[in-house]
Amino acid sequence: MNWIVEMFSYTFMQRAVIVGVLISACAALLGVSLVLRKNSMIGDGLSHTAFSAFAVALVLGLTPIYFAIPVVIIASFVVLRLSKSRKSNGDAAIALLSASSLAIGVMAISVVKGVNIDLNSYLFGSILSVGWSDVWLSIVMTILVVGLYVFAHNRIFAITFDEEFAKSTGVRTGYYDIIFAIICSVVIVLGMRLLGALLISSLIIFPTIISMQFSKSFKVLVIWSVVISIINFMLGLIISYLVATPTGATVVIVNLIVLLVTKIVRKLVA
Amino acid sequence: MKRDMTEDAIKVQGLTVAYGKNVVIQSASFEISKHDFVCIVGANGSGKSTLVRALLGLIPINSGRIRFGKGIEKNTIGFLPQETRTEQDFPATVFEIVLSGTLGRLGMKAFYRKEDKERAKRALEELGIAKLKDESYTKLSGGQRQKVLLARALVATSELLILDEPSNNLDHKSRKEFYKTLARLNERGLTVLMITHDLDVEDLIGNKVLAIKNGEISCEYTDDYIRSFR
Repeated sequence: MNWIVEMFSYTFMQRAVIVGVLISACAALLGVSLVLRKNSMIGDGLSHTAFSAFAVALVLGLTPIYFAIPVVIIASFVVLRLSKSRKSNGDAAIALLSASSLAIGVMAISVVKGVNIDLNSYLFGSILSVGWSDVWLSIVMTILVVGLYVFAHNRIFAITFDEEFAKSTGVRTGYYDIIFAIICSVVIVLGMRLLGALLISSLIIFPTIISMQFSKSFKVLVIWSVVISIINFMLGLIISYLVATPTGATVVIVNLIVLLVTKIVRKLVA
Repeated sequence: MKRDMTEDAIKVQGLTVAYGKNVVIQSASFEISKHDFVCIVGANGSGKSTLVRALLGLIPINSGRIRFGKGIEKNTIGFLPQETRTEQDFPATVFEIVLSGTLGRLGMKAFYRKEDKERAKRALEELGIAKLKDESYTKLSGGQRQKVLLARALVATSELLILDEPSNNLDHKSRKEFYKTLARLNERGLTVLMITHDLDVEDLIGNKVLAIKNGEISCEYTDDYIRSFR
């Protein structure tokens, strides 16, 4: 078991564990609402925007994280509006945003000579890129998200289950949409460093889909999503350390295997 | 059926609702008395749901006035919307859903109180679905689901129920049973407003018909359409 001691003796690994566990928990909480409201693709669209913002910030010589957070928050408001609009095709709009953002990011990196950027680490994540500022931001974020879910759990349930009814009881659903959009943006920007732009949305979607296989109630679904998300992240991180595979991809594969197993078990039990 | 015609549950004056330049409801005025059972009829796209959403304050109105009678507040109207795609595979227990009907009474409080839980239990008992309390909503039949959503609406209100095409997705037997339940609740004193398809005579019950055609509304007491499932 020496490898455990060795693994956690590295400072970069300690930071990756703290940020990873906290972001996994936040992403799972967010995922419950996004997936159940059929808004899973929003995470995907925003992560691509985050990639573009990171690339542009690097080219302009700005601090990526502080540039990316406001950009992604603005994008999240646009995406949210498009997904709710009766006039526009929300899915198509998000797909267009994803592709366009990725293209802008790649172009920004490629047109500027002399800038040495590891494209792979932004697209697929790198645990080495997680800094102490990410750790502190993740801690603050987690306190806010968990607080929101504890104190507004009943209202979040009502909005997620039936937004129209929730509105009729006086719940200000618009405010919750704004809060979700902001949290989603920050979680994606922070998680992107770890898992990459192409894989971070999986952290939002997988835990909810896995928990839906066996959860009978919303409360159970929320709790299991968080637990599964953290366990799967840790498993992915440990496996990637032991067999030297990319962390982001390993975490996604672990989630995929757990999903397949729970689906099979569910079928067998039924 | 004894009805108190003197007190209004809803009084609407000069109501106009438009989506951009498309005027859906034009200067509508009508009154609904307490204990009325009103069927809202009209062709698809005539503005039935728009009217209901305007009454509930879910969409802005362009002009006019909507006033509710004594004891009725906007947040405590029992609303039963059309079932959405989201709800169908949603992991939630019956009790979680019914309890959410009390949100309008919670104010700024974060957690449900004991009295809210008691209220939800009473609604389940009243509709004869108390044994489904801990069941998963996804496992229920169409008729049972509609009763759960009705229980949630009942928890929200003591006065006024508004239902948007509640018989959608119900077979003939479940629909008949559902209407019987509504008639019983109306007799107990609840004012009921229900959107129905105007083409389906079976859906027309109650003592008043509110018809929408080309944005104009007529609201009359009628005997012609009354159907009793008793």
